[in-house]
Amino acid sequence: MFNQKKFIVSHAPFWHDGSSLSTKHYHIMLAATLAVIPGFVQYGGPAVAVVCFSIATAMIWEMIINKIAKQPVTIGDGNAALIGLLLAMMIPATTPWWAVLTGTFLAIVIGKQIFGGLGGNPFHPVVVSMAILSLSWKGIFDFNEALLPYDFNFTMAYPLASLKAFGPDSISSFSITDLLIGRQTGGIGSTCGIALLIGGLYLILRGFIRWEISFSFLAGAFVTAFLFTLFGEEGKYAGPLFHIFTGYTLIGAIYLATEDSSSPVNFIPMLLYGAGCGIMTILIRNIGAYVDGVVLAIFLMNLANPLIDKIRPKALGKVA
Amino acid sequence: MIKKSFFGLLKPRLEYDIIDSKTTAPREITVSKTVQLLSNRIFDKKDSILIQVGDEVRTGQKLSLIKGEDDYVISPVSGAITSISPYTGNFGMLMTSIVISKNSKEETDGRFAEAAKSPSLQTTTDFLAHLPGFFPISLLSKQTPKIKTLVIHGMDTDLLVTTRQQIVKASAPAIKKGIQILKEISGIETFIIVVPETLFHEAVSTGATVKTIASNYPSASPYLILKNILGMELPAGDCFEKHGIAVVSAEAVASLGKAYQKQEIPTQKVLTVIDKTGTQKLVSVSIGTPLKDIFSALNIRAEDGDRIIIGGPMTGLSTYSEDHPVCPDTDAVIVQDRSMISCVSNNACINCGECVRICPAKIQVNMLVRFLEACLYDDAVDRYDLFSCIECGLCSYVCTAKIPVFQYIRLSKQELTGIQSTEAENV
Repeated sequence: MFNQKKFIVSHAPFWHDGSSLSTKHYHIMLAATLAVIPGFVQYGGPAVAVVCFSIATAMIWEMIINKIAKQPVTIGDGNAALIGLLLAMMIPATTPWWAVLTGTFLAIVIGKQIFGGLGGNPFHPVVVSMAILSLSWKGIFDFNEALLPYDFNFTMAYPLASLKAFGPDSISSFSITDLLIGRQTGGIGSTCGIALLIGGLYLILRGFIRWEISFSFLAGAFVTAFLFTLFGEEGKYAGPLFHIFTGYTLIGAIYLATEDSSSPVNFIPMLLYGAGCGIMTILIRNIGAYVDGVVLAIFLMNLANPLIDKIRPKALGKVA
Repeated sequence: MIKKSFFGLLKPRLEYDIIDSKTTAPREITVSKTVQLLSNRIFDKKDSILIQVGDEVRTGQKLSLIKGEDDYVISPVSGAITSISPYTGNFGMLMTSIVISKNSKEETDGRFAEAAKSPSLQTTTDFLAHLPGFFPISLLSKQTPKIKTLVIHGMDTDLLVTTRQQIVKASAPAIKKGIQILKEISGIETFIIVVPETLFHEAVSTGATVKTIASNYPSASPYLILKNILGMELPAGDCFEKHGIAVVSAEAVASLGKAYQKQEIPTQKVLTVIDKTGTQKLVSVSIGTPLKDIFSALNIRAEDGDRIIIGGPMTGLSTYSEDHPVCPDTDAVIVQDRSMISCVSNNACINCGECVRICPAKIQVNMLVRFLEACLYDDAVDRYDLFSCIECGLCSYVCTAKIPVFQYIRLSKQELTGIQSTEAENV
């Protein structure tokens, strides 16, 4: 008996498809980096500093909470780093260090860890953080004000702010191609539409995010904006493509709304959730009080997620 | 091991191994010294048991532990009983182990040959409950409701395994004979044989109604066969017998046919052995043969840290010992190298929904697992369809957080059964 070989005994299945949390999060980071690079090129050193500091502090917050809660250290799964990266992508390159530090604190601690860590968060941590930040320090996160030190060879006004303040006539200087290739002001990683789209396509094809959510988000936004131009007061509303390629629409549809924990898993609920985000975004932008509605739209739909996800197929052999 | 495809948007496609037109004769492996038989009867020292250590037994002899009880085993060898002891099986199931050391002289027990001259339900119940392939004989004498439909399962229920298909290929006449006997002795009216398309001709020759199934996992699950082929959805939590249906393996029916054909109880079990490189070998061994005999005959070395799996990679059971015997329902044995073993984790569910989208029973696994982790088993049944689970293991296979979902499900079912039977005793 003592010389018996020691085999590994565990429960079936004995195969695994090889997916893991870290693979998933690192791939999402990889795809997101594609959209960060144009930001680095445009804003230079300060952008690099914000991104690095954001990722680093997000990981440090996570570790601190792990230690305080006497839980295993989870920074290895890449989620904290991903949250840091996504937060940095949404804020201006001029954000002061303390604001980044507060932002990552809000995202990691308030947005994620107090709900029990990865998988327990009812809202996207970055959405929680962005909502609190932009309500707290208007000036720092107002792109027109924040990006004053920069002057590039394109219109330096934040497109959505111009739209809100002066109507669609003021945005005639933005061509869709310019918006698509990132010739607009905004967050470090949220302006280059084409890079965000390529990253999103990659993640969808690899199965890291769910196409249903991204697709219905964009479709919902497009259709709503289109209906506004069709039936709304003439000359008051901007076209659907303008809405898709400005502000946080793309980063929201690809990286924020698709977060696992705060989004539904069934087919119809995913479509409803995505469409809800898109519709709310445009409603807030067109008739609401805020310049960009993405953050609040996702926040709202995160809240509705558990309810929407009740729409589910009948299980095998379920009686009544 | 089949990994996730690069384009993860697509569901992972797991295919059963379908045998080609060549017939592979199983390699016969003889028992080296001892065989171990497992009886479902709980061992109790106070019982006066019929057999004793030291008793001489003959090949094909019926060994009952207690007089008048249905449970028995059939000795596959001639020799002497060297030990009778309690044995704890999977999920704490209590059994009795009987070890027989083999004699060089082979003697066959003649009692079955005598009784088999006129096939009857009594003879079948008395002698054939321990057939290779495992035939649930007790179902045949069940009265309410009577079994009316017998589904002969000619497809292996797990990946890599080809045992049942080989049996259909090689032993179609024996299956035919088995069906004839069953028609005579039981009230079964409908015989349906389920095979992959490649075995259609062999299946037709058995005389049963032939149904073919697709090669994608888990279409060979009895629950899905019932749903997709017989067009009947089994109410969650019900067993097949309750609806007058029994699902048995093709090997069991073939063994029954062979038993009456040759007038001796078959004791040779065919199984697929899969070595560390994934190569499949078909072998035929006596029931009760320790796995190490098979490994040494096939030159397979199982080392510390490897995993020995009885059954297939998705639904099998791992064992802690090379001494584990081949049982009547052992269809496959896999030796998995330590480098191939992926461990489970204690991560929380991240709600990615992979399990929900792959579940063939359409269970909300993401919600279910939350209830199971918290031991809220009744809620799991009432609100999240625990009993709809067909136990295919796909949820654990795709789990990004590597949660042992399938283990939670089996454990909770086990716990609920325990609670129910304890409560039943109170009444």
